[in-house]
Amino acid sequence: MPEIKVTPLGAGQDVGRSCILVSIGGKNIMLDCGMHMGYNDDRRFPDFSYVTQNGRLTDFLDCVIISHFHLDHCGALPYMSEMVGYDGPIYMTHPTKAICPILLEDFRKITVDKKGETNFFTSQMIKDCMKKVVPLNLHQTVQVDDELEIKAYYAGHVLGAAMVQIKVGSESVVYTGDYNMTPDRHLGAAWIDKCRPDILISESTYATTIRDSKRCRERDFLKKVHESIERGGKVLIPVFALGRAQELCILLETFWERMNLKAPIYFSTGLTEKANHYYKLFITWTNQKIRKTFVQRNMFEFKHIKAFDRSYADNPGPMVVFATPGMLHAGQSLQIFKKWAGNEKNMVIMPGYCVQGTIGHKILNGQRKLEMEGRATLDVKLQVEYMSFSAHADAKGIMQLIRMAEPRNMLLVHGEAAKMEFLKGKIEQEFNCYMPANGETAMVTTNPSVPVDMSLNLLKREMALGGPLPDPKKPRTMHGTLIMKENSLKLVSSEQALKELGLNEHQLRFTCRVQLQDPHSDPDTLHRVYTHLKSVLKGYTIQHLPDGTVMVESIVIKVSSSAEDVNAKVLLLSWSYQVQQSPTYLFFRRFRPRFGIFFGNV
Amino acid sequence: MKLYCLSGHPTLPCNVLKFKSTTIMLDCGLDTTSVLNFLPLPLVHSPRLSKLTGWTSKDGTVNLEKELKECAGRVFVDSQPEFCLPERELLDLSTIDVILISNYHCMMALPYITEHTGFTGTVYATEPTLQIGRLLMEELVNFMERVPKAQSATCWKNKDLQRVLPGPLKEAVDVWTWKRCYSMHEVNSALSKVQLVGYSQKVELFGAVQVSPLSSGYSLGSSNWIIQSHHEKVSYVSGSSLLTTHPQPMDQSSLKNSDVLILTGLTQMPTANPDGMLGEFCSNLAMTIRAGGNVLVPCYSSGVIYDLLECLYQFIESANLGTTPFYFISPVANSSLEFSQIFAEWLCHNKQTKVYLPEPPFPHAELIQTNKLKHYPSIHGDFSSEFRQPCVVFTGHPSLRFGDVVHFMELWGKSSLNTVIFTEPDFSYLDALAPYQPLAMKCVYCPIDTRLNFHQVSKLLKEVQPLHVVCPEQYTQPPLSQSHRSDLMLELTPPPMPYRRCSVLNLPFRRRYERVYILPELANSLTPNEVKPGVSVATVSAVLHSKDNKHTLQSVPKPPPVAPSKKRKRVVEEPPVGLAPKPLLSGAVPLESFLVTLQKHGITEVKVEETPDGHILHLQAEDTLIQLEDDGTHIVCDNNEPLRTTLRDLVLRFLQKL
Repeated sequence: MPEIKVTPLGAGQDVGRSCILVSIGGKNIMLDCGMHMGYNDDRRFPDFSYVTQNGRLTDFLDCVIISHFHLDHCGALPYMSEMVGYDGPIYMTHPTKAICPILLEDFRKITVDKKGETNFFTSQMIKDCMKKVVPLNLHQTVQVDDELEIKAYYAGHVLGAAMVQIKVGSESVVYTGDYNMTPDRHLGAAWIDKCRPDILISESTYATTIRDSKRCRERDFLKKVHESIERGGKVLIPVFALGRAQELCILLETFWERMNLKAPIYFSTGLTEKANHYYKLFITWTNQKIRKTFVQRNMFEFKHIKAFDRSYADNPGPMVVFATPGMLHAGQSLQIFKKWAGNEKNMVIMPGYCVQGTIGHKILNGQRKLEMEGRATLDVKLQVEYMSFSAHADAKGIMQLIRMAEPRNMLLVHGEAAKMEFLKGKIEQEFNCYMPANGETAMVTTNPSVPVDMSLNLLKREMALGGPLPDPKKPRTMHGTLIMKENSLKLVSSEQALKELGLNEHQLRFTCRVQLQDPHSDPDTLHRVYTHLKSVLKGYTIQHLPDGTVMVESIVIKVSSSAEDVNAKVLLLSWSYQVQQSPTYLFFRRFRPRFGIFFGNV
Repeated sequence: MKLYCLSGHPTLPCNVLKFKSTTIMLDCGLDTTSVLNFLPLPLVHSPRLSKLTGWTSKDGTVNLEKELKECAGRVFVDSQPEFCLPERELLDLSTIDVILISNYHCMMALPYITEHTGFTGTVYATEPTLQIGRLLMEELVNFMERVPKAQSATCWKNKDLQRVLPGPLKEAVDVWTWKRCYSMHEVNSALSKVQLVGYSQKVELFGAVQVSPLSSGYSLGSSNWIIQSHHEKVSYVSGSSLLTTHPQPMDQSSLKNSDVLILTGLTQMPTANPDGMLGEFCSNLAMTIRAGGNVLVPCYSSGVIYDLLECLYQFIESANLGTTPFYFISPVANSSLEFSQIFAEWLCHNKQTKVYLPEPPFPHAELIQTNKLKHYPSIHGDFSSEFRQPCVVFTGHPSLRFGDVVHFMELWGKSSLNTVIFTEPDFSYLDALAPYQPLAMKCVYCPIDTRLNFHQVSKLLKEVQPLHVVCPEQYTQPPLSQSHRSDLMLELTPPPMPYRRCSVLNLPFRRRYERVYILPELANSLTPNEVKPGVSVATVSAVLHSKDNKHTLQSVPKPPPVAPSKKRKRVVEEPPVGLAPKPLLSGAVPLESFLVTLQKHGITEVKVEETPDGHILHLQAEDTLIQLEDDGTHIVCDNNEPLRTTLRDLVLRFLQKL
């Protein structure tokens, strides 16, 4: 039985460094190649030695697919391709291909230039890695090789996020990456057709959450920001440069406009302008409303939001600052946080998920004293608010996707074990659900149908006989011969099979002699046999042929008399091997009661 | 398999393919050359046009002076321009299942097909094709509705009258079927039936056929189509280009192994080199501006104009035209320029790389930013106050019969300083200019048609090697004006199958196989026997399920156990049903081995007799004969069922079962 194997190297019962190996129909695919925000050591990257202890990965992988540009999905890519070694194709969508190298370069700068780490990938490696990227379009069927094909679907999570279907023959796997089932202010909802994959590998970040309506969350968010501004406080919103940031910018921009607010809104790092430009150029990836109106009014041209300068942090008076990165683990958001943490008028709003080990995670868990580098502690006095704006599917969304795709098996990744367990229980009411830990392999046995080429003559004959609609109560059986030659499977009628193979038919016939006594002439005896058979064998075709034979279906009956005794007749029954039922059964059961007297030794 | 040809225009095709119980329309191009028979629609009152004299036949018997006007020896219909539609009588349009669109120029007849015909199918097109197609339709509707014409001329269409008309009007065909432009409402309704597809996306139609668009390299989102089942493949090639302009390059390799290739949309200017034309365009433009004249470029609002602007972007500085204003006037000018920048996925590699930076892929963004290029929805409004001369104006419609271009022709036509440069190949420039004669302005004809020429297409066909080629009849002979140029036609073996308007072609196809799926349970129960080295056979008995054109074979369900009936067994016997038939046999029974086998089974007294065709074995103890021949075995015995069964099984050991 064919099997599909799925092994997470990262994101198995965990969030971060997504990297999942899939073996399907003899092909090996790596799905995502991310880094872990919570670690600064070896655990930062997936453990590629699982694939091979020494040497390059090229020989072991048929392709690598990146679902979206978040670093926990693509952060280890240059390390994998350039330092471990992989030269095969890397697939990602156009927006991901455009934005991913920028985030990688950012990541590299923070790690190497700021933290002074060595033995890290270089700018050149990022460039070389990106040269191996093949762009993917939505719904395009990409033939990786003769057997392996992949297809991308819209995932809605961030600009360019995709779910992918991987198919070999009639086996298939769908990997969701991160996805969002509800459209937001700038992106649409994830969508997939009823592709019935053998396994659906889904993220499960919010496996146990069912979130209230987005409108409520937006109102809450705006209210909190507004209140804080009103009392003269500063609001810090740690975000990643692309994604949630744009959604919240649109939200604040429209609110500022409506309420006629004057407090400044800033966006940290030079990426803003650039980031917004990506959104303008890839507008086809945003939601319907933005796409429809972009000629008249481009939603990504902001009037109220300006670039941030480090010195502004000390300015008096209220302000709102979007700063990167989103989990307060490094960079500008952390610097501003340190400056503002001491004042209870200020506020930090965490709009997304925070990985364990980051400051974001700590303060969200209520920690009010933070140990900083150099044994200093930081008292957290500012208000800490959590608003789930990250665009992941919640439990309802995950179930919704299951209904859409109708998978045969489910496999959960990118979530916390305890939460996954809960969802798994729910899913298993319907079908198998797996949740392998990192390094563990889930095996799923598939049961693919075998495609064969059926002779059109045979098919049409069967369809004509079967009538236009199949009758489930009276299944009709068809018969044919399957010819297996090299890689082709052909189903033809037996006669055609003989012809195609250049074989002669071998006729196997049987003749049975039956002695009987009958005073009539030979033709009369035959006629008596005929009439008798007619009366007892209803439903059979019985013919009396002019050449002096009687045929019951394809059984031939002849009569001859011996030279010595005209009353001693020999009945010759002759039939071929292909006759369904041995005719002797038919004849002797029916003959004996009435014609018994005519028979000699039977 | 049949092909119904509804349009005779080779670059604006409309064909219907019937393939495996699906009815697929390939493109629905609108032949707009019919508008050349009409008077231009001026935006502001034109004394010249209103003073034209009406037409009456020379002998005075036919008077159509209200409907027909004479201008410089040609006769024009004074009515709202009408289009020549694809043939609508050849087959019932409501039976069409899907329409496949190859590029935005080839979909302009869509509302005529999908509205008011009972059409209930789906239209497939790429996103740029839909968006830009919508803009072009919107523009067309706007051009027509902006200047409503009270009069609708129909008398001249009378067969008896048309026969006596002069010039091209007399030869115009099917004038009764010509239709006025559709409304915006009809456009929206037609386009709501479009389903978006991406290149190489596989779309299943009713489970019977798979269609897939391929990049054709001609315009943004332009595609060729593959229509295939597991065993048959039809390629539809329409408007393709091998030149490197802005769109994604043409996908040629996917066209390989086609049974039939339908070839349309070759270049209309087989002798004009696009690069040379572009050069001529620039130099004529510069010359006119330097001499203080204005340049008018009648063009479509999308397509080649992007390339013209890109070319000018590089040319302006070197030709010292930095201060000359460039105007692009169209109700959809802004949208067209904006839309061109957001289709990164559909652009050539160079342009994609720019988007990654991120920079707009087309340099016209910079021309707009630096105020060198300005766009306006029409000549009314802002344009009239901001307009400076000498200037360059890009505007439509290239037929010169409607749109803002009519105004500029009237305005600039009288001065020899000005130049009109034709770049679109769809209309004969002499015919286009006819109602403006006499004309003082210079006319330059630089048609830029990037579609495949005959040289490129024969190379392409050599590479992809279709079994049969179907093409418009125009491609099977040299153009009328250049009848000696045998290089301007398709020469293939076997020769291409030509079509014309209203042709119905039987495509040479022999379907022999269909894909069916054997369910795993049944597959596991099959026992293959090797009949030849590398060839195995297995007999299959199965239940065939056909649903949505997908066929599966399942194991035969075990018959339910028959309930023991209490009734006396009836005497009448029914034929058995549902039993697997016995296989056909092949091979021969070798005498020696057979005898050994018989012996092993206790049959020792065998008398062998040779016959011309084989042997007769007489089993004396059993009083049974076995006749062994190369292609037959005959067992003759009395009613001894166990013996017969034994002998049968022994014989079968030596034979192959099919």
